[in-house]
Amino acid sequence: MKVDIRLERASLSWRHHCVFSNLDLELPGGQWTCILGQSGVGKSSLLQLICGIADEADISGSIHCSDGKPLDGRVAWMAQDDLLLPWLRVIDNVVLEARLRPGRREPGQYELARYLLSQVGLTDKADTLPGQLSGGQRQRVALARTLFQNRPLICMDEPFSALDAINRLRLQDLAADLLADRTVLMITHDPLEALRLSDRVLVLNGSPARLSAPIQPSGKAPRQVSDTAILSLQGQLLELLAGEAP
Amino acid sequence: MSERLLRPLIIALGLTLLWQCIVWVTVAPKFILPGPLQVLTTLIDQLPLLLRHAGVTLTEILLGLLLGVFLGLVSALSLITWGGLRRWLMPVLVISQAIPVFALAPVLMLWLGYGMASKVAMATLIIYFPVTAACFDGLRQTHTGYLKLARTLGASRRALLLQIRLPAALPAFGSGLRVAASVAPIGAVVGEWVGSSTGLGYLMLNANARMQVDLMFAALLVLALIAVSLYFLIDFLARWLTPWQADTMHSQNRRDR
Ligand SMILES: Nc1ncnc2c1ncn2[C@@H]1O[C@H](COP(=O)(O)OP(=O)(O)OP(=O)(O)O)[C@@H](O)[C@H]1O
Ligand SMILES: [Mg+2]
Repeated sequence: MKVDIRLERASLSWRHHCVFSNLDLELPGGQWTCILGQSGVGKSSLLQLICGIADEADISGSIHCSDGKPLDGRVAWMAQDDLLLPWLRVIDNVVLEARLRPGRREPGQYELARYLLSQVGLTDKADTLPGQLSGGQRQRVALARTLFQNRPLICMDEPFSALDAINRLRLQDLAADLLADRTVLMITHDPLEALRLSDRVLVLNGSPARLSAPIQPSGKAPRQVSDTAILSLQGQLLELLAGEAP
Repeated sequence: MSERLLRPLIIALGLTLLWQCIVWVTVAPKFILPGPLQVLTTLIDQLPLLLRHAGVTLTEILLGLLLGVFLGLVSALSLITWGGLRRWLMPVLVISQAIPVFALAPVLMLWLGYGMASKVAMATLIIYFPVTAACFDGLRQTHTGYLKLARTLGASRRALLLQIRLPAALPAFGSGLRVAASVAPIGAVVGEWVGSSTGLGYLMLNANARMQVDLMFAALLVLALIAVSLYFLIDFLARWLTPWQADTMHSQNRRDR
């Protein structure tokens, strides 16, 4: 079940603007990897490259899975904006995968979706249209939709960015719990969030962008934010982030 | 709410008054410009005749609308599905727009006869391009994020088209429908002018020739009524199709007042 994923010599450019080239990235099976980096450095682009949806960009490189099979169809993507379909009710947005692939319709899907919605605190919004939700609520629905997909690799682009501090901690715990043995790649701007949740923290920096060596916080996620080890790592991380700024 | 009903009434009254004033000032004889009261009496006297012809015209308009919208939607879906078709057919469609549809009316009479078919064809033709263009634009401009998401979810091409592109295009389809509803009556009436023995267009032409200008005005009034009702019906339908689309004009209006 646990599949290591290796991205080798990946390059990506948008209309002659080279975002990164010859980038290597290792995603060990069953671990959380977090990527931080300044705005516009190319984090979302990297994520789209891995998910196979960077259509408008010139890309090269290869992705290897340790079980030898291709990665296509085994990745869940949670985009930076929530991408809720405005014409579907919240609950239908959560089960979107099942709606788009009627062959895979199973009985318990709506129950699972309702359970996930209750976990993100939106039980009473199941039957409303996304247009009536707040930004943070929309993001929680998108998270529920991502958790609904049972994929080996989960790619999340700033999944908690629109939430208040309390809800953020709650949903981090929820995600850490539900995705415990899954391979996760998460992008965030919050160093504490990265150190709290992930096994490996990487920093993307420069132009064309390069990845730093991983910082590996010890202990089991989700960690306490008051942990002194975490706090000292945060200082180190902030230095890395500011370090090779252009 | 009451204001919304009152306002069209006041507008109608004002226009009627203006009309009456023009009649008073110019002292036009009744075969040049009949007064509103006279048109109203004619309308009531000739109601059976008017309704019979209106029924024909309404049928032509509705059939033309159905056919034109159906063909337009199917064309737009085909154009978006098959790239080859798009490259070959799109220029043809655009060029065909350079031909004024009205110029085709006599030819349509020749081919389809003086019956209803030629008028329906006329209405269909005039609707077809705006509906196709609106639907095609709507289908083409789907938010790329939705498409990318659907692909990571494993959607087939068919599901992508029917469950993502099509609903996302519904607002554009709605504007196409509105345009269609407002031009369809023109198509039908022009068709009747060129050659027919029934319909409001025929009645108007006939009445005009016999100096029955009051009857012509009554027919015009009925036609306007049909066109306006049709527009509001379609507008309602388009809103019902896209309940998630917030009407931002509404809040704006409230502030304007
Ligand atoms: N669709 C696109 N077309 C053209 N250029 C793009 C596109 N998407 C991103 N870019 C460019 O690629 C670069 C990296 O963008 P990307 O979205 O990956 O940044 P990011 O690291 O995710 O930033 P942020 O933290 O603000 O989300 C930017 O300079 C941006 O202008
Ligand atoms: Mg981004």
